[in-house]
Amino acid sequence: MSDKTAPVLAIQDLTVGYQTRNGIIEAVRDVSLEIRKGQTYGLVGESGSGKSTLALAVMRYLSANGEVRKGSITFNDRDLLDMSTNELRQVWGKEISLVPQDPFSSLNPSIKIGEQLAEALRQHTNLNAGEAATQSVDLLKDVRIADPENVADKYPHQISGGMQQRVMIAMALSTEPNLLVLDEPTTALDVTTEAAVLDLFRELVYERQTSALYVTHNLGVVAGISDRVAVLYASELVEDAPTKDLFAQPLHPYTRGLLDSVPRLGQRKDERPLQGIPGSIPGLQQLPTGCVYADRCPLAIDICFDERPPLDTPVEGRRVRCHRWPEILSGEIDARRADVEAIAVEDYSSQPLLDLDDVEVHYPVGQSLVDTVRREEPQVVKAVDGVDLTVGTRRTLGIVGESGSGKTSLARAIIGLVARTGGEIELLDMALPPELNTRGKDVLRHLQIVFQNPDEALNPYMTVGEILRRPFVNLLDESRQAADEKVAELLQAVRLPAEYTERRPPQLSGGEKQRVAIARAFAANPDLMLADEPVSALDVSVQASVLNLLNELQIENASTTLFISHDIGVVAYLSDEIAVMYLGNLMEVTDADQLFDVPYHPYTEALLSAVPAPDPSVKKERIRLEGDIPSAIDVPTGCPFHTRCPRFLGDVCVDEKPPWQTAPNGKRIYCHIPVEELMDIQKPVVKFEE
Amino acid sequence: MLRYLLRRMGFLALTIIVTSLIIFTIAQVLPGDVCRVILGREVGDQALADCREDLGLDDPLVVRYVTWLSDFAQGDWGTSYSTRTEIRPQVMDRLRNSMMLAAVTLVIAVPISTLLGVIAGFNEGKPVDNVISISSLAVVGLPEFVTGIFLIEIFGHWLGWFPPNSSIRAGTSFQEALPSLILPAFTATFVLLAYVARLTRAGVLEELKRPYVRTAALKGLPRATVMIKHVLRNALLPTITVLAISFGWLISGLIVIENVFNYPGLGRLMTFAIDRRDLPLLQAVTMLTVIGFAAANLGADLLYAYLNPRIRVGE
Ligand SMILES: Nc1ncnc2c1ncn2[C@@H]1O[C@H](COP(=O)(O)OP(=O)(O)O)[C@@H](O)[C@H]1O
Ligand code: SF4
Ligand code: SF4
Ligand SMILES: [Mg+2]
Repeated sequence: MSDKTAPVLAIQDLTVGYQTRNGIIEAVRDVSLEIRKGQTYGLVGESGSGKSTLALAVMRYLSANGEVRKGSITFNDRDLLDMSTNELRQVWGKEISLVPQDPFSSLNPSIKIGEQLAEALRQHTNLNAGEAATQSVDLLKDVRIADPENVADKYPHQISGGMQQRVMIAMALSTEPNLLVLDEPTTALDVTTEAAVLDLFRELVYERQTSALYVTHNLGVVAGISDRVAVLYASELVEDAPTKDLFAQPLHPYTRGLLDSVPRLGQRKDERPLQGIPGSIPGLQQLPTGCVYADRCPLAIDICFDERPPLDTPVEGRRVRCHRWPEILSGEIDARRADVEAIAVEDYSSQPLLDLDDVEVHYPVGQSLVDTVRREEPQVVKAVDGVDLTVGTRRTLGIVGESGSGKTSLARAIIGLVARTGGEIELLDMALPPELNTRGKDVLRHLQIVFQNPDEALNPYMTVGEILRRPFVNLLDESRQAADEKVAELLQAVRLPAEYTERRPPQLSGGEKQRVAIARAFAANPDLMLADEPVSALDVSVQASVLNLLNELQIENASTTLFISHDIGVVAYLSDEIAVMYLGNLMEVTDADQLFDVPYHPYTEALLSAVPAPDPSVKKERIRLEGDIPSAIDVPTGCPFHTRCPRFLGDVCVDEKPPWQTAPNGKRIYCHIPVEELMDIQKPVVKFEE
Repeated sequence: MLRYLLRRMGFLALTIIVTSLIIFTIAQVLPGDVCRVILGREVGDQALADCREDLGLDDPLVVRYVTWLSDFAQGDWGTSYSTRTEIRPQVMDRLRNSMMLAAVTLVIAVPISTLLGVIAGFNEGKPVDNVISISSLAVVGLPEFVTGIFLIEIFGHWLGWFPPNSSIRAGTSFQEALPSLILPAFTATFVLLAYVARLTRAGVLEELKRPYVRTAALKGLPRATVMIKHVLRNALLPTITVLAISFGWLISGLIVIENVFNYPGLGRLMTFAIDRRDLPLLQAVTMLTVIGFAAANLGADLLYAYLNPRIRVGE
């Protein structure tokens, strides 16, 4: 892309403020950037960094209390900020379109898909109603929706999330706009669906030479689709560079921190631990006078606290807002933190701690009187449908799978929050009864769980001290005084200041809350720690430190972890062993070391191919799944994966349950294709180029 | 959808049976011997016994309940103690009157109150909104007999536009009755107005926050299209449901208004029956009222389901 052409979008010194009860906060400060024809500009940053505000300012659709305080936005040489609402209506949906994060709530629930597409066409072209309707169907076809006539005739709730997002993209592209603004368009989607939507984005946007501002917190997504990346931190643009350069040599310490916070594919906790970024984003009420990143930056020096760094141009085409970029550029200093060391357990015992035998969790679904009268078969959701698994003492077993695969239900059945409907669970050779209330207190203290959302797990009215004291008093029968000492130790272990005993959860950040939840879980020194998506609700910079914390505490307490996540990169980083789950069934069980080696279960193969790698140098085989994950009410016969399997064999997959096979490298795979043949036909999905 | 419908109907039948039981039981435990009420204090024992025999008062309760219910279902509602005439024609005539009044009220109330609510909602926090919200609140505070008498004084006596007394003869045609209906209907409208307007306003505000409104606006659609086609369709759903339910209330709940205007509706018939301890009449009117309420609820559910594709075409 030649940079000589006039920019499609030029943002100059833009400052956007929100009127709040405590005065005006600036959610975007002095941001400038230019997007050229056909360029995809990635905009990354943690939540609260100002990404969506910038995107909505470009759309001229800030919320009522927001206003542009300074600067300009020029679109195709026209001043966007100067336009009246009437003029904007000629631009909206015709020249600039938005693809929002949550497609379902962004579609009108009571208007059919086809009409929601057609009305924009009628507005901006001179198509009549019939022609617009026909073209809507064509648009759906363009976004690779099978059976577009049928989908056009449906309401949003009748189609899947992935399809809804395709509809949003179709809508945004319908009038061939010059600029597309995308605000976290795939964040709500599963990886396999995300991968398909990103493919689509690449094809359609590149093909039409549409410029795009692509907002995301996911570096992996940025690495895969954008030409340039701007990094936002606490309302400011801190770095801006061509994607390859940014990933190869980040110049701002924050960018470095972000990159080192997400595991690269293949990165393991015992080889190269994640760095993370200590602390959290400063409140926008009172931004520091110096560098906004100074209190978290490992390279901060005196000047950083006093003087705001200017946005410099170290090399042609790159910008960075840091006092110390010359030293970073020349390699004299490095923002990588030295204080995070790899720690690993050597002395695994081979003894199993947890043994699951054919565990089943079926939920009945609304059986009404009418159904009983009509003698309908009672329906069940087969959330977990026969899982056999053994977890070795002091090991970390990761369970990975898309949403709805039954991971949470399995964890809840183990801890007893839902009563399993079949199978046996043994912990330390004790049989665990299905119901929690029939398990003794001694069993309870062996098992602890950390949930995805710490808000639900922590009582907002109790102080952190009270929350942490409870397990000591209730489960371990310790005295109040002994408990208080232990609480202090715990807080130290999870790196929270001792004063936090007096605070209540609402006064803590998301990461801090999760630390408290983790501290509480480890308080009773459990043998088995269940962690259900413990970092999914956290920002990446915080994610890393929570993952490391889980790892450290596990080693210190000599406990065993069952770690659940939809993010295969995170699972691969933290686990010793990995189980891949789909529709209530395990598909593959492998040592984490072997995850990336052939053979794979066809589902694992697709998952690995779908995961967006935060590294443009990683090359992946492209394997995409058709359609959506089926309902757990109608689990397909034979192999549950057969409706979407790219390596589908034929009737045998439909009629017969596959066998468990063991590959030469010890992987266990649930598939009809013989492992020898899998090894023959499969190539490594992920190739690392150093 | 079929399943939904069946479920609602089953629920409806259950409601009616349960309330019929309650009505029957209450009527039985009320103090006083029915035959004494009918025949007067000075009656002889034999006449009393005959009367009891006639009315089946000595049968077991269950038998009497079943007989009563099946008679009711077959349209045999008995004879009124006080007027000594068949109950059904009386009640049916009153029902017709009540329905006329309810219909006129809705025709007046629906457009006014939803329009006010919509205007207030689309202008949240602006002067129009404040005027509407405050004045509708003020109106709801006034008791019906105050507004009713006020309207009678102004439009009935002073201006003379409508008859101050709405007592119409049995069998009066709708056209003939219409002038008499206007004032009571407006009085009932005042009761509904604030409630419906506030509900509509809340519905509009709720919907305006939803991301689909942004999607619609960012398609470049005119503001009127965004508001009417996108927002109103969803915002009015709860309002429509409440209005459909209120039809039940309008038929039987206008006791005060009917009395103020002397309007011969079901409400006044009920007061009459209570006054005279006319149990069969009271039972019939109450049953009818319950059925009316239940039917209005079902109608509301069906309307909601019909207007809401998430129920109509569930997946
Ligand atoms: N309490 C429940 N009642 C009915 N269905 C449920 C319940 N909890 C989960 N499910 C269903 O079980 C399936 C698996 O869900 P879950 O265990 O939450 O998987 P995951 O953690 O992978 O998202 C889904 O289809 C989900 O809708
Ligand atoms: S200016 Fe200083 S504190 Fe800010 S990023 Fe650079 S080195 Fe760190
Ligand atoms: S058994 Fe058949 S459908 Fe299942 S994964 Fe193997 S090849 Fe695919
Ligand atoms: Mg889950």
